[in-house]
Amino acid sequence: MARLTVNGSARNVDVDPATPLLWALREQIGLTGTKYGCGVAQCGACTVHVDGAPVRSCVMPVSAVEGKRITTIEGLAVNGVLTRVQKAWLDHEVPQCGYCQSGMIMAVTALLKDKPRPTDADIDAAITNICRCGTFQQVREAIHAAAKG
Amino acid sequence: MLIDTPKVSRRAFLIGSAAAGGGLVLGLRLPFGPEPARAADGAPEITAWVVIRPDDTVVIRIARSEMGQGTLTGLAQLVAEELECDWGKVTTEYPTPGQNVARKRVWGDFSTGGSRGIRESQLYVRQGGAAARMMLVQAAANGWGVPAAECSAASSVITHAPSGRKTTYGKVAEAAARLPQPQAKEIRLKDPKDWKLIGKPVKRLDTLDKLTGKQVYGADLKLPGMLNAAIKDSPVTGGRVKSFDAAKVAGMKGVRKVVQVGETGVAVIADTWWQAKVALDALPIVWDDGPHAKVSSAGIAAVLKEGLDAPEAFVANQAGDVKAGLAGGAKKLVAEYAYPYQNHATMEPMNATARYTPERCEVWVPTQNGEAAFAATLAASGLPADKCEVYKIHLGGGFGRRGGFHDYVTQAVLIARQMPGVPVKLLWSREEDMIHGRYHPITQCRMSAALDASGNLSALHMRISGQSILASVRPEALQKGRDPVVFQGLNPGGEFGFGYTVPNLLIDHAMRNPHILPGFWRGVNVNQNAIYVECFMDELAQAAGVDPLEFRRRLMTKHPKHLAVLNAVAERAGWGKPAPRGVHRGLAQMMAFGSYVAACAEVSVADGNKVKVHRIVCATDPGYVVNPAQVERQIAGSFVYGLSALFDQECTVKDGRIEQDNFHSYNSMRIAQMPKVESILMPSGGFWGGVGEPTICVAAPAVLNAFAAATGKRIRSFPLKNHGIQLV
Repeated sequence: MARLTVNGSARNVDVDPATPLLWALREQIGLTGTKYGCGVAQCGACTVHVDGAPVRSCVMPVSAVEGKRITTIEGLAVNGVLTRVQKAWLDHEVPQCGYCQSGMIMAVTALLKDKPRPTDADIDAAITNICRCGTFQQVREAIHAAAKG
Repeated sequence: MLIDTPKVSRRAFLIGSAAAGGGLVLGLRLPFGPEPARAADGAPEITAWVVIRPDDTVVIRIARSEMGQGTLTGLAQLVAEELECDWGKVTTEYPTPGQNVARKRVWGDFSTGGSRGIRESQLYVRQGGAAARMMLVQAAANGWGVPAAECSAASSVITHAPSGRKTTYGKVAEAAARLPQPQAKEIRLKDPKDWKLIGKPVKRLDTLDKLTGKQVYGADLKLPGMLNAAIKDSPVTGGRVKSFDAAKVAGMKGVRKVVQVGETGVAVIADTWWQAKVALDALPIVWDDGPHAKVSSAGIAAVLKEGLDAPEAFVANQAGDVKAGLAGGAKKLVAEYAYPYQNHATMEPMNATARYTPERCEVWVPTQNGEAAFAATLAASGLPADKCEVYKIHLGGGFGRRGGFHDYVTQAVLIARQMPGVPVKLLWSREEDMIHGRYHPITQCRMSAALDASGNLSALHMRISGQSILASVRPEALQKGRDPVVFQGLNPGGEFGFGYTVPNLLIDHAMRNPHILPGFWRGVNVNQNAIYVECFMDELAQAAGVDPLEFRRRLMTKHPKHLAVLNAVAERAGWGKPAPRGVHRGLAQMMAFGSYVAACAEVSVADGNKVKVHRIVCATDPGYVVNPAQVERQIAGSFVYGLSALFDQECTVKDGRIEQDNFHSYNSMRIAQMPKVESILMPSGGFWGGVGEPTICVAAPAVLNAFAAATGKRIRSFPLKNHGIQLV
């Protein structure tokens, strides 16, 4: 049994401590917005925040995040009010299939907290998520729009 | 659940209309006519494509699959344009394949591939919208006792101008649904110049849930009592399971059952997928690798190489006498190319959920072709169509992998049959997905050409050697053994028409089919055909000492639409004018999936191998553009797919199996490598071309031609990483 704090709520999950956080979120807690893409921290579809920092949850064992604050895509909008990143994503119609976008939005949200006005070079360095639909042009536009607020 | 709509004759309609008109002076009357088909919530179906709720909500039925390409929104625009409804009140729903079968395919084809989603359904969905509008107007007119011709519809409101009366679609929907449907020949569609919604960049209908984690993909599906399965299929195609030791994992946490899946697979069923995967990884399995266990990439390449010289080949395009033309040229040029296997690598790995009992089999699956998934369900369950159903779930990418192939549906049903009554979700690991693809087919190509004394192309022989997709997946579609799909972009005409006139021409194909299973991969065969043709055109231009644009123009005088898009990108990119310092340009054009496309790439190269693609200007003429914002996204997105393939993607074969099993060995472009993409949409009207695929093919040759302009080097085998060349 591990005790996790997810989107502000304490959750007990009955899993082997080596279970990746991704699968505890998806299968024990029922938060399926965080996606499985590769399982080896390559694609970033599983990105969540642990104590505010972006983490690839597919390789993060549950045992390593006990007692830490975990935020998932479901924890961003409060009472249905989109964050500025989500709003920019909506305005710029970023998603195509959308499968990678939870991770993309989590990675960008963390970037903007760190660098409120990122340059293109900052974006290139921080955002390494794979998107097979190829939404990068809209992702970049939306990041700049979100940064302008 | 939808039910069948009884047919009412035209004569009965006229009588009914007259009766209604004669008896009504007091406003809206009670509905007449047979009970209409209804949506699940009871709202009446006006036509198969349109349901209208009492609150004026318009539900538009979408038969094709949405997988990110925007087809759902585009198809809704087409229906809504003719329906004259309030766009703000539009929602969509998928009819199921089982309903389509039960209703004699009233929604037509569900297949969503070949860039067909819009172009092949645009006519009948617009007619479906127009018919519904006519019925709604007729119902209002009947209610008012006035001729329908005196009434008009706009934004879901019907107006009788002479009396000033108004009503809404929601109020007359019940009555409209009981009217007979007009026949196709009675429906007059709008002139394109009068379109108000088609051609506008209206917002997609399906964005919000993708931003909050709410969108349910196949991999996210949850059903009461559901178990989860992980699978390993034979790593070598043609191999099978010899044995496995279920006892070794039976006691592991969460494990419910270990099952064989057909002759070739083993699955672990557990409470959670992670438990199933952990147990599967611990499960001893002995494989019989079958007859292809010794096949390697080198062996496949040797077989294809032999095909370049083979005397027998299938011909697609022929003019003059190529042999004489090649012999008589002033200058001769030969170049050989090779293009590898590639995996679709959708972000969401293959999956399907099935529940089986001897009385009923249901499948929930992200699919590009609900009807093909339905056929796979019937075959695997052994049950008839009226005892099966498929529910389409949103796709985390398709790109062709989820269209013609439903191996994961077959597996899910075979697993569910061993757990009767219990829904089981089968999800492939990324590794399983990578080594069980339906790969972009492998080919080689020899281009042989002659230039005359004036530097014009006088003879061209294009010999393709390699794999046929149809021979593997649809052999009945071969034309006396010939696979027409191989020749995409190379045909004398049609939707894959060759854009050049060459006096002595031969384009042929020596079919060589390795055991690796091929499939339709976004853009399909036009990807490598465009590289072969367009890179060689640049080589020829160079040999002739002629500017590559001018060299092409001379061959394109009889292909004005091909030429128009090429000219458009040349002009926008500033072809012929100096590029920024260190930047070099390359061109390419092609016709594919009914659309004309061209690109001009701007590239700089550092240290001889670090390629920066600064900008790609792209033009497309798809005849009509339904949603320009989404077309632009398809263009930019297709370049990510195409450039990832060009620089980094290859599936190699060793011991009969694919070697690349995850993104570390099968890389995909990141945002840092993304060029600025400028799209020129130039629909010329009169035909409907595709959008999702055509443009992908011009990115690679345009970049390669720019690379050659920068370095003087012609790379002819792919991906570029094999030559130490990186996209930065």
